[in-house]
Amino acid sequence: MAQKLSNQLLVAFYKEMLLGRRIEERVGQLYVQQKFSGFCHLYIGQEAVGTGCLNAIRKGQDYVITGYRDHFLPIILGMDPGMMLSELLGKVTGCARGKGGSMHMFSEKLRFMGGHGIVGGQVPLAVGAAWKIKYNKEDNVALCFLGDAAINQGQFHEALNMAAIWDLPCIIIIENNMYGMGTAISRTCSLNNLADRAKGYNMRQAIVDGRNVVNTYNQMKEIVEETRKTSKPILVEIQTYRFRGHSVSDPGNYRTKEEVEKERSRDCLILLKDIMLQQKAAKEDDFETYEEEIADIVEKAVTFADEAPEPGLEEIYEHVLV
Amino acid sequence: MAILTLREALNQALTEEMERDPSVFIMGEEVAQYDGAYKVTKGMLAKFGPMRVVDSPISEAGFAGLGVGAAMCGLRPVIEMMTWNFAIQAFDQIINHAAKMLYMSGGQYKVPMVIRGPHGAAHMLGAQHSQCVDHMLVNCPGLKIVSTVIPAEAKGLMKSAIRDDNTVLFLESEMLYGRSGEVPEGEYTIPLGVGDIKREGTDVTLVAWNKMVLLALDVAAELEKEGISVEIVDPRTLMPLDEDMIFNSVRKTNRLVVLEEGWGVASFGCHIVDRVVKECFDYLDAPPERVTNLFVPMPYNERLEHEVMPTAERTISAIKAVLYK
Repeated sequence: MAQKLSNQLLVAFYKEMLLGRRIEERVGQLYVQQKFSGFCHLYIGQEAVGTGCLNAIRKGQDYVITGYRDHFLPIILGMDPGMMLSELLGKVTGCARGKGGSMHMFSEKLRFMGGHGIVGGQVPLAVGAAWKIKYNKEDNVALCFLGDAAINQGQFHEALNMAAIWDLPCIIIIENNMYGMGTAISRTCSLNNLADRAKGYNMRQAIVDGRNVVNTYNQMKEIVEETRKTSKPILVEIQTYRFRGHSVSDPGNYRTKEEVEKERSRDCLILLKDIMLQQKAAKEDDFETYEEEIADIVEKAVTFADEAPEPGLEEIYEHVLV
Repeated sequence: MAILTLREALNQALTEEMERDPSVFIMGEEVAQYDGAYKVTKGMLAKFGPMRVVDSPISEAGFAGLGVGAAMCGLRPVIEMMTWNFAIQAFDQIINHAAKMLYMSGGQYKVPMVIRGPHGAAHMLGAQHSQCVDHMLVNCPGLKIVSTVIPAEAKGLMKSAIRDDNTVLFLESEMLYGRSGEVPEGEYTIPLGVGDIKREGTDVTLVAWNKMVLLALDVAAELEKEGISVEIVDPRTLMPLDEDMIFNSVRKTNRLVVLEEGWGVASFGCHIVDRVVKECFDYLDAPPERVTNLFVPMPYNERLEHEVMPTAERTISAIKAVLYK
């Protein structure tokens, strides 16, 4: 996509992605410090995907759902980082009152339908959101994020078929970071282009380079507007890479150092910085200021989360049934 | 009172609720153009159109999950499972998603959905079409479970289930869709969580639900000839369970038999016995008995099938056992 973005937008995207990076690095530290436990899947390396996609929609109106790598997406939609972090720490100030945890961030207000821990299980839910949009004759869209490994789950196929036969405004986004846990996607999927799965359902498809946020944003903007207009679903493969293991307990030994180094040279933050310098959207010095600004936000959020109260024991029986 | 079949009573409940609330829609295999595999949705496509009565592909997990997503966004789906045997394909959506959404979102996302269809054995359908699923579902918190085959109850309970803000699983029986009963005229609902005494008695409490209620009534009539007075207690909703009704009955009769279709290992009947022994121990004059399916997959052969299901003979001997007769 050749279309340039305004300097203002580039700076906003950079700061947002930097926030995602630094907050997840801090989350990794908090885990090592045993501030919380359980599974913890970091988004480091994939920030341009979330930023590119979620800035292309109407935040708070369009529906968004994802799998378990869900810390950063609600923040892009407008959740306070302290609220996300306090959920991670199991505090009552968390977005799910400390009952969801790392894999189950939710915000009904932001129309963030959650992080989900069953691979592929969220795809029919996104189709359900798209069904509601069509049922009520709205022009919203439903965005569904899933990992590359989820495309081999039966529910993914059932959901795609329904979205296609009923023309539902659903944008199904495969965040292809090349590995399902420790297994390379090339070992588990018969296709080279994962978006080709759309062909079996006579569905539109697109492949997006998810390292370049300008590119991701522009392409997603087009896809979102087209979906709004036609109400036809689309399967989007966004190519990215996670720099860390599948979860914090995974050292990632199934990948060579050379491979990770090579991929790190295409870090979405470095790419965006280059674009900004080229376009004179920022000067070299500005990046230090961004770092300071973000560090301040992150530390305030960590302090808030750390000092927040635990849920009371009376919370145990709350919200089992309405 | 009007005499309606079970399928007509359900049809009436669904139709009235869809007329009342435009956010209610029904989706499932063959519900629209075919008029329903068991004709529960007969005539509804013509009345409500294809956005509200929707033929789905054969994708149980897919359309159950669509229901969860649509319910999270404010619609009120009624999902028909052609049988609950097929719904086992959708257990991920029912157990991992519908049941837990409210809790793991800290109270933000309700899933006001009904999943309905027949379960249990019908007649010579073989092992994969004859299962009771209540014991598989009832131990997952976050769900309400209704189990009835009485037309009047089915109508009143279905209307409550559709209006409920939780996910309600509605268990019917394909054997009994054509069986008739009196159904009150006009608008009425039956609250979830309130059981019903199907027959008053003094000597023994017989807890039964779904089509076992009919067997229980036959057995009670038979035993009356021998001077044994059986009280039949039908919880109607397994979750929430009307425990007080069961406890009060046992405190009166001092004896308990649970009659349930389905396997007896770790079953819902086990739960009832556990609760009664804990809460009514001092009132019991005999160890409770349970009558269940034999612990085998359902055989196809008619004679074997009959023997695997709870029989009148086994129910009578269980009742006599707690009466020491």
